[in-house]
Amino acid sequence: MTLPLFFFYLFAAILVASALMVISARNPVHAVLFLILAFFNASGLFMLAGAEFLALLLIVVYVGAVAVLFLFVVMMLDVDFASLRQGFLQYAPVGVVVGVILLLELLLLAGSFVVSPEAASGSVLPIDAATDNMRAIGLVLYTRYVFLFQGAAAVLLVAMIGAIVLTLRHKTNVKRQNPVDQVARRPSETLEVVKVKSGQGL
Amino acid sequence: MDFVNSALDYLLGIPILGWGVQVGLVYKALLLLISLLIFTAFILLADRKIWAAVQMRRGPNVVGPFGLLQSFADLLKFALKEPIIPGGSDKVLFLLAPLLTATLALTGWAVIPFGPGVVMADINLGILYLLAISSLGVYGVIIGGWASNSKYPFLGSLRAAAQMVSYEVSIGLVIITVLLCVGSLNLSDIVVAQQEMGLAHMLGVPWLSFLNWFWLPLFPMFIIFYISALAETNRPPFDLAEGESELVAGFMTEYSATPYMLFMLGEYISILLMCAMTTVLFLGGWAAPIDLPPFTWIPGVVWFVIKLSMVFFMIAMAKAIVPRYRYDQLMRIGWKLFLPLSLTMVVIVAFVLQLTGWGWHGGMA
Repeated sequence: MTLPLFFFYLFAAILVASALMVISARNPVHAVLFLILAFFNASGLFMLAGAEFLALLLIVVYVGAVAVLFLFVVMMLDVDFASLRQGFLQYAPVGVVVGVILLLELLLLAGSFVVSPEAASGSVLPIDAATDNMRAIGLVLYTRYVFLFQGAAAVLLVAMIGAIVLTLRHKTNVKRQNPVDQVARRPSETLEVVKVKSGQGL
Repeated sequence: MDFVNSALDYLLGIPILGWGVQVGLVYKALLLLISLLIFTAFILLADRKIWAAVQMRRGPNVVGPFGLLQSFADLLKFALKEPIIPGGSDKVLFLLAPLLTATLALTGWAVIPFGPGVVMADINLGILYLLAISSLGVYGVIIGGWASNSKYPFLGSLRAAAQMVSYEVSIGLVIITVLLCVGSLNLSDIVVAQQEMGLAHMLGVPWLSFLNWFWLPLFPMFIIFYISALAETNRPPFDLAEGESELVAGFMTEYSATPYMLFMLGEYISILLMCAMTTVLFLGGWAAPIDLPPFTWIPGVVWFVIKLSMVFFMIAMAKAIVPRYRYDQLMRIGWKLFLPLSLTMVVIVAFVLQLTGWGWHGGMA
């Protein structure tokens, strides 16, 4: 067994095991931590496939930012998993249907590669093997797929604005600090120097 | 068997005693680890001494001459005391958190180039790797705060989570501007680029190499990076995650003995890592400040350590002279000031590089 193969099976086994733990862990915080472990092993698999840019990006974006927010929310909410589990059997058929559809699609995709090998090669862009993969992704994203890329960015922007609009509330009677006003204040506008003779008040 | 042999050779080989053609990775790692730990011990002392000097105190001065051995005495104290694990805590996570912090802080040093070729792993995506490692640092804090099962640590960890995620954004954008100028993510390339191009070359005085370094053309980014590094590592004036005036000791409240020491160590090593990143990105890495004989005789590693210590001095001074920020002010700076500023700078730098063709080897091309 070669070294990459050994690591592939190692990462894959931990990935599947931790994915199972995500849905079976009793404590929601543990579930999120197992999700993070799963992300890590997925990034290890990317690394083995030679996509080191994607691997590191997965860690920066998903583990470093998205999962932190998951953990943040799960810790703050008092999620009672026992009550969530009561609906488990009720929703199980829906889950099974979704799973079967995904499995069929994957099988169709893999099957098409077996039936016609040229289908698999057709979807691969001709990228020079010598260029490192960050440059390769950049060149493809910003030339051939630039409109799709910008479209995806626009969708994300709209989603972000939507989330802000949904949660934005203008509270009245809230005192806010405005640093610009504070810095712009001059002693002459706010202070009045009065000469007071001793023994007399104002 | 072939692969086992080659793996052993890679890890443990010594050229003199046979068994391999290269010095094994394990020895390099051990050398780096030990020198880093000893350096951290003295940096800790320096931090306290600088803080004391600003406040006209003497600082630690009892253990050893001038208190030089204070950190080692602290190490013994932490290692020999009994670690107390709170009753209602999640024991595994409680002990995992400090380990995670210390390990992650050490992991980042693998890609730092101390001199020309003096680097453990000279990988192509070095700076992205560093960004990934520093973005993971938040987990030690969150897990530790949650696993303690106590109010103050929990509040501290929530603050830390929001703070570190916010400031990572501006750190990432600052790094992008540097990358645009260099056109490579390799840390050694970033240092070499700062020697081969820049203001000094344009002025026709290439020996004034400190004018070449990126701190000058990217000065606003240098400042943003410095302040964001303070916030990212929970250093004062942004140490709200452990603000003792309101949260006792923040996420570290329930920790004692060795686990506490690991948190402390991890924190200081990641501060040093940020100093090293500043040195590589903005201060020319191992390059001598003036490219003339008396300065070039000093080896690059020494220059690297000198620059790193200077950046750390700046961070220590910030602790001594700046009062702690209020939490909403911290968030305001991160999102309303640094994010738009660094985003604008990315756009401006990209435009300038595209129009003028400055940048190493044509920069972005």
